[in-house]
Amino acid sequence: MDKFTKLTSSAIPLAIENIDTDQIIPARFLKATDKEGFGENLFRDWRFNKDGSINTEFPLNDKTYSGSILVAGDNFGCGSSREHAAWAVQGYGIKVVVSSFFADIFKGNALNNGVLPIQVSPAFLEELFAEIKKDPTTLIEVDLGNQKITILSADSSEDFDISDYKKTCLINGYDDIDFLVSNKDDIEAFEGSRA
Amino acid sequence: MKKTLFDKVWDAHVVKEMKNKLQILYIDKHLIHEVTSPQAFNELEQRGIPVFRPEQIVATADHNTPTTDQHLPVKDEMSRKQLEQLNKNCAKNNITLYDLGHKYNGIAHVMAPELGITQPGMTMVCGDSHTSTHGAFGSIAFGIGTSQVAQVFASQCLLLEKPKSLRITVNGTLKPGVLPKDVILYIIAKLGTNSGTGYFCEYAGTVFEEMSMEGRMTVCNMSIEMGARGGMIAPDETTFDYIKGREFAPQGEEFDKKTAYWKTLPTDEGAVFDQEYHFKAEDIEPMITFGTNPGMGIKIHENIPAEDNASFEKSLAYMDFKKGQSLVDQKINYVFIGSCTNGRIEDFRAAANYIKGKTKADHVTAWLVPGSQQVAKQIEDEGLKDIFEQAGFQLRQPGCSACLAMNDDKIPEGEYCVSTSNRNFEGRQGQGARTILASPLVAAATAINGKIIDITKQAV
Repeated sequence: MDKFTKLTSSAIPLAIENIDTDQIIPARFLKATDKEGFGENLFRDWRFNKDGSINTEFPLNDKTYSGSILVAGDNFGCGSSREHAAWAVQGYGIKVVVSSFFADIFKGNALNNGVLPIQVSPAFLEELFAEIKKDPTTLIEVDLGNQKITILSADSSEDFDISDYKKTCLINGYDDIDFLVSNKDDIEAFEGSRA
Repeated sequence: MKKTLFDKVWDAHVVKEMKNKLQILYIDKHLIHEVTSPQAFNELEQRGIPVFRPEQIVATADHNTPTTDQHLPVKDEMSRKQLEQLNKNCAKNNITLYDLGHKYNGIAHVMAPELGITQPGMTMVCGDSHTSTHGAFGSIAFGIGTSQVAQVFASQCLLLEKPKSLRITVNGTLKPGVLPKDVILYIIAKLGTNSGTGYFCEYAGTVFEEMSMEGRMTVCNMSIEMGARGGMIAPDETTFDYIKGREFAPQGEEFDKKTAYWKTLPTDEGAVFDQEYHFKAEDIEPMITFGTNPGMGIKIHENIPAEDNASFEKSLAYMDFKKGQSLVDQKINYVFIGSCTNGRIEDFRAAANYIKGKTKADHVTAWLVPGSQQVAKQIEDEGLKDIFEQAGFQLRQPGCSACLAMNDDKIPEGEYCVSTSNRNFEGRQGQGARTILASPLVAAATAINGKIIDITKQAV
């Protein structure tokens, strides 16, 4: 897993609420048996028109916007448990997703793939959308160590929560498997105690 | 201390408490399928870690399987490869697989309960968000991502923070024609799609006490549609009667011993929940959805509400509906009865009961997809197949099918489908398809009438 500490980038706004995992990666792209290539189909049915042409109005296709931060409406990532959604976000080059609320499973899946979900207040989210609208090149700084997100142009910032464990994992690029396997003695003892 | 059902099951599975609220939670049963497992097997192989407890894993092929000609090789190359991969991975790691065509094959959440694999007091996971279904038995069951599938392969455990607790109580008597699907659609319409996020939900009250196991599964299945990782219902005599005698259920003395334990699981009187909601059974009516998330539901005879919100309007534009519109008399060309929500025998009985002696409207394509081989067999044994075929419905072979349209069972662009599945997201049933969620009774009535009817006006 990639390490994550600090990032300064412009952002892509997606002011839609309840974006579900079927939009992030439609089910017809779940047939692969590896983790590669999902980024190409991120938001597939919103990025492309019915005739296969590019939907230039969709923010990801709008050249005005760029960067590795996605700012999305409330309740991002609801729906299915498909980790393919996190692989698609990561594969596209997004390192941080900001929203006022995240669905549980997506949040966990993102963290397990080195993508940082940042939950901010509805007011800060509004400010983010407004600042990006005003100036699409506006830079946003994400400081994981200090758990702080800052809109540099507006000198406005907010602290965000993350569990200490997940923070350590992201900073060092660790995941849960190593940790769980290192506890095998306790797990076997637990099994023995129930028999 | 007074404990909830959830506390009792959770606490009995904590291997170790870490700092920062994290706990190592032991998993009793792990269900896997072809779509969310291959990358987890790869991960383990790359790291040289063996599957720790293969005997606690059961695999099925369900998401990506055809629902016709299952005896022939799967036509779609990528689907076929994914199924072959599951086969190889299970053989290599000594994991039981109910492959396509096996008499126990079916959707994970239909197959495991009907085989007695699902039991009260267990912890169960699967790389599928509708794993919450198994909570109907008083087990802790939830969907996980593929990284977590790999973690359970490697250690039979997950590293988790204990979720908060939520109880939804529904007391009273349901009106005729109101099915378990309507109860859960009503609850989600009232609470919204994210009110349960961060919680594990217990459903309590006389409505759930009087509900069959299959009805309870329908309710728990959709817990994730309000954001809750899982739903649970206290085990009782209905639960024990359902489990008794099933293939992998405890037998004889062992069953009695287990039952004695299961009886200790219900929430203690006076236990405190982090959040509670109460509803009256009499307020619930047959439901339908009008938008693109399961929280956008109304009573079948109500009009679409008028919300001033861009996301709401985007949703209505996708569905080609208008604020204030009634959906009664809306012409419908597709009906789907099936899925892990409503693909069990009681669902097909409810549909058959309405359909008997009638024929579907000419313009309707009506697909019936049993949740498992065993359900398919019951449909035939009980004579329902004849009723369906005489009415012009297509009875297909088991699988997830048009619920997520990974296989060829896709609803064409722009078409409405009244569906007993669980999600009405944009494109869920095919690119551009418009899904209206409903109970098997409403779906059956739609197919017969060729349009949505106000079922409350008919004697049902």
